[in-house]
Amino acid sequence: MLDALTWPQILAALGLQLWPVWLAMVVVFAVSISLKRRLGLYGKLFDSKVGMVGFALVIFWVFAALFADMIVTHDPLAQFSGMRNTVPGSALPDPGEGYPHFLLGGDALARDVFSRMVMGSREVLRIAPFAAMISFVIGISLGLPAGYIGGKLDTGLTFIANLVLAFPVILLFFLLVAPEIQNTAIPRVMAGVLFLMPVLFFTLLLNARYFTQPMKRNLYVGVVLLVGLWAYSGLAFNADPLGFWGMSPNLLNVFVAVVFVNAPTVFRIVRGITLDIKTRDYVAAAQTRGEGPWYIMLWEILPNARGPLIVDFCLRIGYTTILLGTLGFFGLGVAPESPDWGSTINQGRRLLTAFPHAALAPALALMSLVLGLNLLADGLREESLKD
Amino acid sequence: MLLFLARRIGVMLVTALCLTFVVFYLTNLPAKLETLAKTQAGARISDAEVASWLDRNGYNQPMLTRYGEWLGVVPGWTREAADGSVNGRCYRLTSVSEPGAAPTRCGLIQGYWGNSTRFRADVADVISSRLGATGILMLWVLIVMVPMALMVGVLAGMREGSRTDRSLSTFAIASTATPEYVSGVVFIALLASSTVGLSPLLVNWGVIDGPVLFQGNARSALEKITFWNFFLPVMTIALYGMGYVARITRASMTEVMTQQYIRTARLKGVSFRNIVLRHALRNALIAPFTVIMLQIPWLLNGVVIVEVLFSYPGFGWVLFEAAANNDIELLLAASVVAVVVVLITQLISDIGYVYLNPRIRIS
Repeated sequence: MLDALTWPQILAALGLQLWPVWLAMVVVFAVSISLKRRLGLYGKLFDSKVGMVGFALVIFWVFAALFADMIVTHDPLAQFSGMRNTVPGSALPDPGEGYPHFLLGGDALARDVFSRMVMGSREVLRIAPFAAMISFVIGISLGLPAGYIGGKLDTGLTFIANLVLAFPVILLFFLLVAPEIQNTAIPRVMAGVLFLMPVLFFTLLLNARYFTQPMKRNLYVGVVLLVGLWAYSGLAFNADPLGFWGMSPNLLNVFVAVVFVNAPTVFRIVRGITLDIKTRDYVAAAQTRGEGPWYIMLWEILPNARGPLIVDFCLRIGYTTILLGTLGFFGLGVAPESPDWGSTINQGRRLLTAFPHAALAPALALMSLVLGLNLLADGLREESLKD
Repeated sequence: MLLFLARRIGVMLVTALCLTFVVFYLTNLPAKLETLAKTQAGARISDAEVASWLDRNGYNQPMLTRYGEWLGVVPGWTREAADGSVNGRCYRLTSVSEPGAAPTRCGLIQGYWGNSTRFRADVADVISSRLGATGILMLWVLIVMVPMALMVGVLAGMREGSRTDRSLSTFAIASTATPEYVSGVVFIALLASSTVGLSPLLVNWGVIDGPVLFQGNARSALEKITFWNFFLPVMTIALYGMGYVARITRASMTEVMTQQYIRTARLKGVSFRNIVLRHALRNALIAPFTVIMLQIPWLLNGVVIVEVLFSYPGFGWVLFEAAANNDIELLLAASVVAVVVVLITQLISDIGYVYLNPRIRIS
């Protein structure tokens, strides 16, 4: 049995263990900085210190999630005898062929905190960006017509959005993410409605652009419909004939709840921007040319609204991460043993005053990811305001 | 103004009705009722027994009827047994048994909130006693959060781009990136743990008598609030809410500082201090006011997390216990309270905005 590590040794070992992440980050930064004048808004990010720090934090976790299999020192689910609640740097009594230390200590079930933290990033990054993306597509496809067409449609949609927003988020989670709900049709029906939106959105998007060239239109719309409905059947109804797309009821429940909470806020933002942009001259010009309403909304208004939307997208991924953590913290919709950050914090809080490391590691991980996303959003906002 | 108010309240009532119905629907799903039957009548009862239990207790009517009963607009169900005794929703809630003695309608409107299965007590009593505890917590959170947020926002916004602005903005961003369950854990580890953090050091130096500096458990605050047992929960909630308010204040302040009348004041020779305090501050605080009001429903999130984390038995803790134990009546009542709080703060924020903003008030 080896000696326990001291803190400088732990930090060195962590740095060494994370080498794939450092390598990937160096490559990304080197390429991006050398090409930054040709990369548009993304390149401009490297002019702002805040933006670079944020971007670094975000890609750190993205690469940690990607290379998690190479980084982890132990199986995140395995329990090692004699390692219960051990402090960071403790040596395994009987390491065998494996890594000889628990770098960040052991939790109450004698599992490796470091490996669970790294694997937890995978759980978060598998859901948060996609949930934010679906929320955005829904918010955009309802917010554009609400702002542009207005009238009864606007009144109705705004009322529904306000209805959802008046719901305290935590209450909605308690009600919507529960084992009893998973067995009912509610998550499936909600998924059926929510996931249909992206398919409709891309169909409308391409149809509005190419309906004057039927050949091209048919090809593009056909491909979108084929892929979209294929994914839709798998994700929403778990009925993918090829078994490629699919979501466990647990995951679907969480996903639907998070999208449902986020979409109305995006809707409000898009509607507000649309109301502002539709008075511009280029919209009037498009109307005079005789363009259809969907073309104007999707190809005139939307591209000009991209600045604030990109910024909000970063913030929303961060917010979704916080929401997922909240769900995990209350043990809602997570698989038992799952290494996601929220439920690890929840498990660690029982022994918090005696052995804080088990909860502290995922807590700081979650905070650094969200902080990175917020700083990235701030950097993007600053840079997009410059021109 | 009156018309605006009437319309706003009308929309609010419709929203409240819709939301309570959604909550009612979700808490009264067949699966949840089955769980309820099993917790009340025994975990091992058969499906037929579950069905008969549900039937006996009036759960077999259509959802809308039951919602009406619960609300108090539809007469409560009654059932006459073979021996002539009468049973029914209102008989149970008023605990009378002679036929005809109970009121016909007994719901939320009449003040019958039902009974909690988790606490074995009247829901109205449970909620009202817990709301007080949460009210005190919220009060302290607002006392800490609002001045801090406004100060950070105003200091950052008065000289846009300065070093103060940059560091305070970064602080605000960091605070919005730290949800309550993260800051709570960090605070406890740092300040309330007897093995790590500051407390063992302070004990070593003989600065403090007890084993820890701050209490990681706020249950004792129910009897007597002290700085040491209440500081951490209050800070945990205030920190997350603060960043957002501070950023809004900053944005509003920077906008005001570029206005013509500020330039005029500056050219007149008014000192910077007076410009900020006399001319800018009042106009800059319109936007933060509405945001602070809208922030209160968001604080509810934090309240639930913090009350669970610090075991402070307030409203949020009740909400969590009700949800975790499938306590339908209690969860419903707690949801109603939560929704009403949200809607009232929205209303106040709307009225406040109109009242504070002369441009809207006059037109």
